Amino acid sequence: MTQTELASQTAAALPDDAGRSKGTIHVVHLYPREMSIYGDLGNTRCLTARIRRHGYTPVLHQHHPGAPFPEVAHLLVGGGGQDSGQARVEDDLALVADRLRSLAADGVPMLMICGMYQLFGNAFITVAGQRLPGLGILDVTTQGNAKRMVGPVVLRTDVGEVVGYENHSGSTTLGAGQSPFGTVLSGIGNNGTDGTEGARSGNVIGSYLHGPVLPANPALADSLIGIAAEQATGRPFEPEPQDDAFADEARTRQVRRLVR
Amino acid sequence: MLRTTTAVLAGRAARLATRLRGSGSALPGLVAERVDPRFLARTLAHLPHGIVVVSGTNGKTTTTKMLAALLRAHGLRVFSNPTGSNFTRGVISSMLREVPLSGRLSADVAVLELDEAHALRFAATVRPTHALLLNVARDQLDRFAEIDHTAALLARLAEQVTTGVVLNLDDPFVSRIGAEAGDGVEVRYFGVDASIADRLPELQEQDVRFAEAAPPVAPRATDGLLKPHDERSFEVRFGAEAEGGRVGPLELQQRGLAAMINATAAATTARMLLGDRFDAGCAAQALREVRPPFGRGEVVMVDGEPLELVLVKNPAGFTVALGTYGSTPVATMIAVNDNYADGRDVSWLYDVSFESLRERGVALTSGVRAYDIALRLQYDDVPVGAVEPDLARALARFLEEHPAEPRRVFCTYTAMMSLRRDLAARYDLPGIGEEAS
Ligand SMILES: [Zn+2]
Repeated sequence: MTQTELASQTAAALPDDAGRSKGTIHVVHLYPREMSIYGDLGNTRCLTARIRRHGYTPVLHQHHPGAPFPEVAHLLVGGGGQDSGQARVEDDLALVADRLRSLAADGVPMLMICGMYQLFGNAFITVAGQRLPGLGILDVTTQGNAKRMVGPVVLRTDVGEVVGYENHSGSTTLGAGQSPFGTVLSGIGNNGTDGTEGARSGNVIGSYLHGPVLPANPALADSLIGIAAEQATGRPFEPEPQDDAFADEARTRQVRRLVR
Repeated sequence: MLRTTTAVLAGRAARLATRLRGSGSALPGLVAERVDPRFLARTLAHLPHGIVVVSGTNGKTTTTKMLAALLRAHGLRVFSNPTGSNFTRGVISSMLREVPLSGRLSADVAVLELDEAHALRFAATVRPTHALLLNVARDQLDRFAEIDHTAALLARLAEQVTTGVVLNLDDPFVSRIGAEAGDGVEVRYFGVDASIADRLPELQEQDVRFAEAAPPVAPRATDGLLKPHDERSFEVRFGAEAEGGRVGPLELQQRGLAAMINATAAATTARMLLGDRFDAGCAAQALREVRPPFGRGEVVMVDGEPLELVLVKNPAGFTVALGTYGSTPVATMIAVNDNYADGRDVSWLYDVSFESLRERGVALTSGVRAYDIALRLQYDDVPVGAVEPDLARALARFLEEHPAEPRRVFCTYTAMMSLRRDLAARYDLPGIGEEAS
């Protein structure tokens, strides 16, 4: 069993590999059982692999409802879920809310996809008009919708063009000062009317892009890893050159197909 | 009666026209359905051994074929929809081939493969006597966004059944349905023997709807359990101690655990339908003779060496396929398209583990999303020989570079159709949608 496999399977810290590791980065995957569908696992897979390829040691913690929240967290990821999954995590989310808010305030990078993006917002308003409060880390509000917004997406973002696939029934509106994660070049995005997709506050990103979004968009993955490396080591990120030929080709082909 | 005759004639004319144009199989059914909306009900209503619907995410085609073979081996005349066109219009289309103008089908029983949504629509017109419900997994996410929704469709289908349902004991989405069957409807289960229960997680989705696990169902003598002997040989035991008898040991032509589970499901259902007429020896022989359906481990001989085409359409199916074929490494190609019939979202590739391909590597990736699957393999440290998005060029290169050894192509639906057309043009292959005989 390789170190990565070990790291991705256990939450126990690994001893640094005889000083060759540049540092240990603790990644927390929120609710991998309940809030992980449509390939969201690909994001954690991508992060742990790239952390290792950059010369750091990844430790992946899977946070399940009711379990104590990991003591050390340098990077958080969360995914989409079905309604039933969402209902299962709400109680736990209330318990760990303060911790998540303080991590966000401390600049810990987070990537929250789809259902978790909605839960990181101010509220979700159901089709029946019921208001379900969220964590309020992102200033967004989501309105339940009968119609699903489904299809491939291309965005322009701070880290360049980003491709993915959206599949959501919630329609999300940004608060007055809230920046989006990206501008829609192809696809629907937050609501299909204002051309925005996702939200970004400090180092916290919310987005509807499955895809999963990180493997084909390595610049986004590395921007999260870079901040996490600084959080973990107190030193600037020391990246290694990566072979991203497949990722770049996969992404640019989607851009060419979808954006004219 | 006159209306039914008109429907048959109109449908047949459409079928001929469609065949001449060489397009899909559903159009003639659509025509007949328009002319006589009660066509289906009228044609199927009087079948003496009933109407069996086979539904669920994975294994419908294989299981339907096995169940039909089991019933035919016992002397029943079976009407089925063999083209894998698993919605109501497809059923009518295949019916038009067999009904005389009176609209009466000369069959004893209908065994129909229907996807979850169409099964329910079908049941609104014709109430099935029996249903065999296989499993619930992520599939075609554009159409059925939520697994829970799919599970609910199957539960509603079970409520429509008049006589008996057969459910997957090991799939909590399906086994729970037992509690919801109507009054007087007999419930039977199929599943795996305790000795291989540890292999189930690779086949299943998480059911997170309920905080507590489903109460276990204790198998009875009418419930069929799969007991494998080795990689190929197995038996179906009725009851935990085979107190209800057994079928086998036997080997299927189609490889893998999933096919064995399908055979167990089919045998359990056949035994329910046939009652005392069920003959274990006859059943074992029928299962041995079933050929793999189109795309499920179909083997084509190209230049004297086998080329296997394996259809992959969702994480559970791909994982099972890799497990089935992984133990005998051969030259491998993977072709992924993202047309509607493939599922437009390719995210699911990240829910499949490709580690079993690491040692031998993948010679070529192809299809519209050739680079996405190459990238996915890279993240599992599986070496990729080359990426060629053009399917015809990729296939030619694959065959040329691996001439004297067994070869296998994992492909999504439209990629498979395209590869198959290409093979049919260059080698002696039966036409699309027809069964190899
Ligand atoms: Zn989503």
